[in-house]
Amino acid sequence: MDYLDTTGRIFDIQKYSIHDGPGIRTIVFLKGCALRCRWCCNPEGQSFEKEHMLFAGKDKLIGEDITVRAVLEKIKKDIPYYYRSGGGVTLSGGEALLQPEFAVSLLRACHSIGINTAIETTGFQKFEIIKEYLKYLDYVLMDIKHMDSDKHKEFTTVPNELILENARKIAESGANLTIRVPVIYGFNDTVAEISAIAAFAASLPGVRHLHLLPYHRMGEDKYTGLGREYGLSGIPPMDREHVLPLLEAAKKTGLICQIGG
Amino acid sequence: MAEFAKGGIPVSPRIERLKDNLYKNMPEIEADRAVLLTESYKQTESEPIVKRRALAFAHILENIPITIRDEELIVGSATKAPRGCQVFPEYSYQWLLDELDTVETRTADPFYISEETKATLREVYPYWEGKTTSELATSYMAPETLVAMAHNIFTPGNYFYNGIGHMTVDYPKVLKIGFSGIIEEAAKELLSINVYDANYAQKHEFLEAVIISCNAAITYAKRYSDLASEMAKTEKDDRRREELLLISQNCANVPQKGARNFYEACQSFWFVQMLLQIESSGHSISPGRFDQYMYPYYKADLDRGDITPDIAQELLDCIWVKLNDLNKVRDAASAEGFAGYSLFQNLCAGGQDKSGLDATNELSYMCIQASMHVQLPQPSFSVRVWNGTPTEFLLKCAELTRTGVGLPAYYNDEVIIPALMSRGLTLEDARDYNIIGCVEPQKAAKTDGWHDAAFFNMCRPLELVFSNGYENGELVGVETGDVESFRNFDEFYDAYKKQMQYAIGLLVNADNSIDVAHAQRCPLPFQSCMVEDCIKRGKTLQEGGAVYNFTGPQGFGIANMTDSLYAIKTLVYDKKLVSIGEYKKALAANFGKGLTPKRAEAETAKLAKQLSKEGKNITDKEIEKIFKLFIEGTADEKEKQEYNKLLELIDGVPKYGNDIKEVDLFARDVAYVYTKELEKYSNPRGGIFQAGLYPVSANVPLGEQTGATPDGRLANTPVADGVGPFSGRDTHGPTAAANSVAKLDHAIASNGTLYNQKFHPSALAGEEGLAKFAAYIRAFFDQKGMHMQFNVVSRETLLDAQAHPENYRSLVVRVAGYSALFTTLSKSLQDDIINRTEQGFTA
Repeated sequence: MDYLDTTGRIFDIQKYSIHDGPGIRTIVFLKGCALRCRWCCNPEGQSFEKEHMLFAGKDKLIGEDITVRAVLEKIKKDIPYYYRSGGGVTLSGGEALLQPEFAVSLLRACHSIGINTAIETTGFQKFEIIKEYLKYLDYVLMDIKHMDSDKHKEFTTVPNELILENARKIAESGANLTIRVPVIYGFNDTVAEISAIAAFAASLPGVRHLHLLPYHRMGEDKYTGLGREYGLSGIPPMDREHVLPLLEAAKKTGLICQIGG
Repeated sequence: MAEFAKGGIPVSPRIERLKDNLYKNMPEIEADRAVLLTESYKQTESEPIVKRRALAFAHILENIPITIRDEELIVGSATKAPRGCQVFPEYSYQWLLDELDTVETRTADPFYISEETKATLREVYPYWEGKTTSELATSYMAPETLVAMAHNIFTPGNYFYNGIGHMTVDYPKVLKIGFSGIIEEAAKELLSINVYDANYAQKHEFLEAVIISCNAAITYAKRYSDLASEMAKTEKDDRRREELLLISQNCANVPQKGARNFYEACQSFWFVQMLLQIESSGHSISPGRFDQYMYPYYKADLDRGDITPDIAQELLDCIWVKLNDLNKVRDAASAEGFAGYSLFQNLCAGGQDKSGLDATNELSYMCIQASMHVQLPQPSFSVRVWNGTPTEFLLKCAELTRTGVGLPAYYNDEVIIPALMSRGLTLEDARDYNIIGCVEPQKAAKTDGWHDAAFFNMCRPLELVFSNGYENGELVGVETGDVESFRNFDEFYDAYKKQMQYAIGLLVNADNSIDVAHAQRCPLPFQSCMVEDCIKRGKTLQEGGAVYNFTGPQGFGIANMTDSLYAIKTLVYDKKLVSIGEYKKALAANFGKGLTPKRAEAETAKLAKQLSKEGKNITDKEIEKIFKLFIEGTADEKEKQEYNKLLELIDGVPKYGNDIKEVDLFARDVAYVYTKELEKYSNPRGGIFQAGLYPVSANVPLGEQTGATPDGRLANTPVADGVGPFSGRDTHGPTAAANSVAKLDHAIASNGTLYNQKFHPSALAGEEGLAKFAAYIRAFFDQKGMHMQFNVVSRETLLDAQAHPENYRSLVVRVAGYSALFTTLSKSLQDDIINRTEQGFTA
């Protein structure tokens, strides 16, 4: 079978994304994730199973099985924008690392026609699988959510050891790696916690950038639409003032830090 | 250059005060011009028309009140009141006579008018009965053309009621040799003609008219020189006295002679700009490539050490403010179509020079800065973009866009230059184009482009397909047969094409009738003396004196036509899910939805009037009942269900604006039905017709005259704006929408296309946001898009502005081809702007 005929399960393709990697990008959201972060803004991407969500008053089937070839056709439509802005494709999710055959084929297909690639990932996967991705990745955006494994597990359902180990291995492989931190009230929004993450990021060879992503509640309606309860209900979006001291703390590591992607 | 691009020059406090002064009061109508014009006309009835025009122009300029406003550095005002307007009865007057008592209270563009002025105008107007261009034009039109106009298939309102305008004259020539130089040229030409030349009489009269007109301009400037020196005598403030003396000196020299420095060049430019708008009421008198022709004066001053960038910037800012001092009153209906008191004085920066090199210079950046400083609708500021445009320039433009003022509009050289060449311009001339009015490209000083020649509503001929060409029992289009008799989509589409072709033929008849009327009643010697080749040919622009002549009526509603025809093709003929008869019924019933409140009110009033005419007494309660019927529609539950089902089916058909190749190529073909048909025709000035695809803001008022369309658009609601997708139907983000738009053939619409996008300011945040935005424009242009403009405001801001206009008096939004103050727009246009899909970005 041609690798272009590999099928994967996605739940969205978003064009003109300007906050997820360099330039103007198209994001492909792959369905299924191993983590269950309390603040997750894409809850419809967590389960690998197809499911129904009430969206703008209408029932919407979440999850579509699609070939690499068909995704590529959609991606190709915005080539002029990638070319002019230095953008490309970003795999996101869910977790793009959980559908290796499909995702790697898609990345390879993008590279075969000169489209820049990136991934947004939790890094929660065996490294030997991640290695396959790295062959076709220009840019890795990886979350480090917390340095304390217990707290990490409490809020995301998984410990952080594998994630930290992978971050180091990805960095050592020479990949262009940027560390991102979702900043969540009561989870990691203290100077000490952010400083610890930043210090770790700074210790990774070749890593120069750190992005702080303040909590927002864009996902709240989706929980309702899925008939699920939103764990952070009622918590307002984090304002800039709250993040500024954290940004200053992170900067002390010498990394280039910014708020937002 | 870097310093302009990065930091910019701070705004002088004078500019804020000039603005405040300008916007203190509602603009006012003044009668001086009308009175003087009439006086002169009465005395010159035995003279040839071109000379009468010149003598009237001179009489006006010698006697019209003049004023220098507080703190002005650039002087010359057409009215005593700031932002006031004169009126032009030689074109039309009946509408103003009818609206004298309502013009102050109407929703779109109200004007104050004093009782005294009303009385004066009532006295002056009777002289003009039967003498206007409008009346003459009507007399030339074919009866079927008048029928089509009465049924709102198209409206040539612009030139039907007003002067033509829509041009850029040879400003650099006046800056260089002054009007005395042009007089000399005309005098020389007079000496060179032979009495036995076939065109002796015409040419002789024209050249004399030119000399009279130019002398009038010189006299007018001298009056300002005298006024300034008079004012200086009593001025107590030392600094202002110095300024007045300098103004006096400037006006003594220009525009009579060539400008000796940048300041004089600015003043000279302004006199030309303003006087053109006293000679005739045509709008879209566009300054054109200002950064190019002003640059040598700036550079020379800089090299001599006579000027600093700060001083030059202040002068530019003053011109920017001054461009908002000119105004024009239109009839109530047109005011809705051109809402926002706009004069569409389009000023252009950047692009290529005649030889194809990049022409961006320091002044190009300073023009952007001026628009940032002044934050007013005028000038309509355009930038030309090509592959060699410095990214630094584009980023500076993006910064202006980010302020939310709706400026600049971006134009693609790579499409426009070949488009103009396909219309007969030389390579050098095509490279030197600028933008007129909203979006229309033209080679300055050589063209009479008639760019805004009519609004053509592409939805109306489709309605006629369903009614076999009839409306209210009258044959408005052609008989294309019973719509239920068509066997396949091709037959249906052919019927639409036939209705279109017929209507376009009538549109041509209307425009050409108006064209002839202008040549016969309002030739313009002053304007003509600054356009090649009028002096050599010895005739005015209106008589065909220009090198390039066009007529450019604009079609709009492409998105509705595409979605409508595509829905019919899919649902009726391909999938056979609904019959054309059912469709027809649903359209007639407005999908069971009843009318818009505005329309329902109008229909109720109409019916009530008719009933009372018939002698029937109706109570308020009955009126209420009738209104309710109009608002709710007459469909019963079962019918409503059917209609809703149809609407759902329509909703499921792919729509233009989502980067779906099949639909977009269909749109391309639909546009050809208009653009290709139009280019078959020629005008009386020896030029051809060329299509534009843009509605200014007429998509709202003309949409009100349009029934429900097969794309599910309800009756009397706005039709699509420009070449963009229909409001709310583009659901795949700004790149998908732009890709769809780029698939139209823009080059064939050489009279301009218009693509509005609305962005939330956060999409342009930071340097990175600007860079991505600039890349977005470049990528659209790579795909041969022609024009792009942006509203950068949040929906919340607009809603709040609607609720609390008092807090948003200076909120500028981009309406169509121009920027306007949001709070001055009618409610429905405000709604339309709010509803245009806000092209977001993902966080």
